[in-house]
Amino acid sequence: MSGAGLRAWLLDPVPASRRQARIGRWYRAALAFGGNGLAMAGLLIVLALVLIAIAAPLIADPQAATLQSLTDRLQPASWAHPFGTDELGRDIFARTVFGARITLTIVALVGLIVVPVGLGIGLPAGYFGGAVDAVLMRLTDIFLAFPRLVLALAFAAALGPGIVNAVVAIALTTWPPYARLARAETMTRRDAEFVQAAVLQGASRASILFRQILPLCLPSVVIRLTLDMAGIIITAAGLGFLGLGAQPPAPEWGAMVASGRQVLLDQWWVATIPGIAIFITSVGFNLFGDGLRDVADARGA
Amino acid sequence: MIRLDRVTVRYGSGAHGIAAARDISFTIAAGEVFGLVGESGSGKSTVLRAVAGLLPHAEGIVELAGEAMPRRRTRAQRRLLQMVFQDPYGSLHPSQTVDQALAAPLRIHGLREGERRIAESLREVGLGPEHRFRFPHQLSGGQRQRVAIARALIVAPRILLLDEPTSALDVSVQAEILNLLMRLRREHGLTMLMVSHDLAVIAHLCERVGVMQHGALVEQTTVDALAAGTVTHAHTRELLESSARFERDR
Repeated sequence: MSGAGLRAWLLDPVPASRRQARIGRWYRAALAFGGNGLAMAGLLIVLALVLIAIAAPLIADPQAATLQSLTDRLQPASWAHPFGTDELGRDIFARTVFGARITLTIVALVGLIVVPVGLGIGLPAGYFGGAVDAVLMRLTDIFLAFPRLVLALAFAAALGPGIVNAVVAIALTTWPPYARLARAETMTRRDAEFVQAAVLQGASRASILFRQILPLCLPSVVIRLTLDMAGIIITAAGLGFLGLGAQPPAPEWGAMVASGRQVLLDQWWVATIPGIAIFITSVGFNLFGDGLRDVADARGA
Repeated sequence: MIRLDRVTVRYGSGAHGIAAARDISFTIAAGEVFGLVGESGSGKSTVLRAVAGLLPHAEGIVELAGEAMPRRRTRAQRRLLQMVFQDPYGSLHPSQTVDQALAAPLRIHGLREGERRIAESLREVGLGPEHRFRFPHQLSGGQRQRVAIARALIVAPRILLLDEPTSALDVSVQAEILNLLMRLRREHGLTMLMVSHDLAVIAHLCERVGVMQHGALVEQTTVDALAAGTVTHAHTRELLESSARFERDR
């Protein structure tokens, strides 16, 4: 099929099949997203990060990330060490590249926990109301009442340091706003006439929740997650900085910033390079989330 | 086909409950079109929702096709009756295409030949294949109401409830939708119960009329009697007069 023919097929106002209609919808959304420069910049950053994480062994020497060489400690940037070396003589470039894997793992795992938990608490609370709502929302309030980093610290300290425990600690402190958001979105829809029409058709409560209400709550929850990614990365870095996240010698960006703290004035690159990586990643997710929201808004309007 | 016997519907429970409809009794024969008129707050929509099974009735019996309806209806009982809502903007799921809206009831009731049924029901309400994969926000108000009618009729119900089906539409579109409903009623032999505050709309579609005031059914009469002005209750006469005054001023 030629390029023009494919385009016409994608944008066909009278699709011949469900499949064509669905692919055409995605194409239109992609076109809208592509027209947004900042959103595309965010997407490129996120994609680049994923690529770097996957291809890390091709970009940098896996051994260099943890190989100590005390004679080479705190070297400035050079051909051998593009970003210099840290206080144990490890190559900061290799550590930053491999650190992307840890950061993306944390972000992905937190997302995978937070979205289902938030929806799982918020949807029934909003839909059933009454006692269900009261119990679930008081539970949410209890978690909301604690400052986030402090609660994550307490969990990480209780569970013991490590990446998985850091993920659990961050997820436990991140879900409450998602539950509130899902509940509010559900409440505005539960009495809608399209829900009543579904009741009259004989749809079960579960099917109304999953097929009617969930699809309307999902965009705002996912967008909130991409906007929160920056905060999650920084919390993960904060836990790493305090020694409760990834353990040495794992190249976690937050821990790397912490280790460069003592030499910040004389060997600034030790803390600054991973700091820049955290910053770029946060900005990338933020721009990407903003773009997603714009696309979703345009469709809802 | 529809029989209500001393039905009372309350909002809230216990002593604080407000009876929005009290002691409503009427019977609608198979194939008949019955209209409920009244001012806003008279309880006519409450009665309609009790018949639909969207509101539980506190007292009395709602009987459809000779069967008293339980508090929770079975799937087969649900299929007997469908409803077209007032607001075509609120009664269609905003992120589902027309195709998805029509496929859902087929899936719930396990009806086969979905492709044929969807194409047929769209044609029946005067929509073409070009509308099938559109979202509600890509359709006009009249087209949305046609989709809502197609969705109601795709499970082949015997009873169709209409909640002010034209009041959210432009005057020119109102007539089209009313004519469509009349044609579908003839073709499918539907029994219809329609709620409206507009006597002209009721007179266009219905044979018999119930007049509601303050939650009570104050008079049952025929459209012919309305036209002739031979009505007994004072409130019916008030409605007739205000309607006539409105027509004259327009």
